[in-house]
Amino acid sequence: MFENFDAQILARIQFAFTISFHIIFPAFSIGLASYLAVLEGLYLWKKDKVYLELFDFWKTIFAVAFGMGVVSGIVMSYQFGTNWSVFSDKAGPVIGPLMGYEVLTAFFLEAGFLGVMLFGRQKVGPGLHFFATAMVAIGTLISATWILSVNSWMQTPDGFAINEVGQFVPVDWWKIVFNPSFPYRLTHMVIAAYLTTAFVVGAVGAWHLLRGTAPRRAGVMFSMAMWMAAIVAPIQIAAGDAHGLNTLEHQPVKVMAMEGHFDSHPGGAPLILFGIPNTEEKRIDYAIQIPKLSSLILKHDLNAPLDGLDTVPDDKEPPVAIVFWSFRVMVAIGFAMLGVGLFSLWCRWKGTLLQNHWLHRVALVMGPSGFVAVLAGWITTEVGRQPYTVYGHLLTADSISPIAAPAVAASLIAFIVVYFVVFGAGTFYILRLMARLPRDPMPDLDDGPIRSSGITPAAQPGHHGGKHAH
Amino acid sequence: MPIDLPFIWAGIIAFAVLAYVILDGFDLGIGILFPFFPEKHEKDLMMNSVAPVWDGNETWLVLGGGGLLAVFPLAYATILPAIYAPIILMLLGLIFRGVAFEYRWRTKRAEHLWNWAFTGGSVVAAFFQGVALGALVQGIPVTDRAYSGGWWDWLTPFSIATGLALLIGYGLLGATWLVMKTEGEIAERAKVFAFRLAFATVAAMGVFSLWTPWLEPAYLDRWFGYPTIVFSFIVPLMVLGCLWVIVSGLRNGRDVQPFVAALGLFVLGYAGIGISFYPYIVPTSLTIWEAAAPDSSLSFLLVGAVVLVPMILCYTAYAYWVFRGKLNPDEGYH
Repeated sequence: MFENFDAQILARIQFAFTISFHIIFPAFSIGLASYLAVLEGLYLWKKDKVYLELFDFWKTIFAVAFGMGVVSGIVMSYQFGTNWSVFSDKAGPVIGPLMGYEVLTAFFLEAGFLGVMLFGRQKVGPGLHFFATAMVAIGTLISATWILSVNSWMQTPDGFAINEVGQFVPVDWWKIVFNPSFPYRLTHMVIAAYLTTAFVVGAVGAWHLLRGTAPRRAGVMFSMAMWMAAIVAPIQIAAGDAHGLNTLEHQPVKVMAMEGHFDSHPGGAPLILFGIPNTEEKRIDYAIQIPKLSSLILKHDLNAPLDGLDTVPDDKEPPVAIVFWSFRVMVAIGFAMLGVGLFSLWCRWKGTLLQNHWLHRVALVMGPSGFVAVLAGWITTEVGRQPYTVYGHLLTADSISPIAAPAVAASLIAFIVVYFVVFGAGTFYILRLMARLPRDPMPDLDDGPIRSSGITPAAQPGHHGGKHAH
Repeated sequence: MPIDLPFIWAGIIAFAVLAYVILDGFDLGIGILFPFFPEKHEKDLMMNSVAPVWDGNETWLVLGGGGLLAVFPLAYATILPAIYAPIILMLLGLIFRGVAFEYRWRTKRAEHLWNWAFTGGSVVAAFFQGVALGALVQGIPVTDRAYSGGWWDWLTPFSIATGLALLIGYGLLGATWLVMKTEGEIAERAKVFAFRLAFATVAAMGVFSLWTPWLEPAYLDRWFGYPTIVFSFIVPLMVLGCLWVIVSGLRNGRDVQPFVAALGLFVLGYAGIGISFYPYIVPTSLTIWEAAAPDSSLSFLLVGAVVLVPMILCYTAYAYWVFRGKLNPDEGYH
């Protein structure tokens, strides 16, 4: 099936496949780690057992998701070298140290305190345990900061020179780290992670509200999730708009593809709501559009001229159809999230937040929507910057390892098979954990994974003190 | 005298890789020994002995790879294509092993499947790490900043032998870890494994040491030229010393001693390899200075490493301290 594929396209498919799987887990664990820290903090502050029960419930799910994130992340850290060695050689001096800082400041922090968080409740005091949880949460945010800095630099490179062997040489680290698109991208991604987690937590709460299991715990998590949706979804739409304006400034071609502007519009551009991109004929078929609105959104002026893809050479154009569609999927989900948030506010005002089954059904259906939106957003930004790896400077075609297509094809097939088996099983276990909100604070000891969930009877004080002589 | 940044960084990367080898070595070793402890409660105990720390251990592998990309990008860009297949297989092994830590507790019906995923993943990862090491030591051709060998060059009798040797060595680390962390019947069985694997490890080191110098004239020269020949005599004596310490620790019930001495064997073996091919980072094609990133990259990351690596060692030590001592099988976990 791979006869028509060369090494470059196979390596691109492999990267897209492995990173799409990978991004799911950080998107979830960034939000969940913060949620866990909030739950444990609330428990220590209010001494209400419900927060501790929710903490233990979500901690187990976090452990599975985090494990999947770790193993899929290790793959990413070596794939730069196996499939994209020329890129590694050339861009390594700039992006390598940023990723090095990610390992030094974030990965070790998460890994070091994860063990204490998952297994150490009986071994350290409540304060230290909360500290460990907070360190894990902070670690995930630091990690996001560095990796978004790397990605942003590849999109809007700054602060470098190119040396005689073609390497990017760092000149000004401040400009590299805080490159022009970094603040927008970081904000947009972290909020996306929080929203994604809020909708998962909300869906689990809604599921248990609909079934009537553990109404108190389900109610608390549902209410927390709906506050998050109501407050953060509008912020995300504003952040997305700001990010779009930044992209127009630094990567105008990407915006042309997102908007579907094949033609230039000297007298003000329409906003194309829907349509079928026809890349052969270079137009949008069956377009439903609102005149001049695109100019108003992007330039805040109804009659501002906007360039189209006709100003760009064909070989510097990104694949328009993919970018056009993925962008619309992301935006549609964003507005749907806003709708759920407003619906929840209305129910809350009427005092029926925990009784309105229509709200619960909608929240349940919206549970996985954050993952779809995150993937669609990444596809928009990553496909939209093609044909470059380092925007404007290094072509994707010139970044690849001197590698044979069969080797990439074989490893691609291996990754596909292994990922579907391993992460499929993990998703199944997570869904099963979510469905089993325990009725009692102390779960049946024969029922599942109490060992690493840590919901175990407290150890007797001094029980094993004598064995710690060394 | 100007500061030799590539030299400092070679030392830091070498330290990160050594930390990875000895730390993930013992938890991979647990996976390798898993099938030899058939009882469920034994497997539970073995897995729990490393569950709180394996993730941190594996992070050193990310630092090794990420650090190489950051400070020796040309080495990263030429070594990884040369060992493409072993790296992919190692990663796939680590995936299965890593998820087994969580999945195993989530299912009764498929528990045995995840036991095999844990063992299989550990064996595959360990073996192909050894193969990758062997492929590196036997040399990687580089032309015009790119790997210029064939796709199967890594597969030689020597690399297969190093793969098997590492499997044995990790098994020894795992067995001595169990001696240190457990009591009763499981510890007695671990002692038998530790005893046999200690001799096997030293034998494997002997074979490796006699084989390596004949791979490259440069190695032969290094091993039998003055002053490095001094090390060629001292190191084997110290290896035998470690073996004696392991055996006497096992006989006299000093349960920490065999693990520490097994770590000693790894440090010595690692030093031996380092002595063979320094100053090459891609033997025998690129030296550390040829592969190094510009000074602006090296100094930027060095500032952080100088501050952060000691901090990492502190809180890692704390995490180990929290879970110190023998495991109590009666406790809900651990």
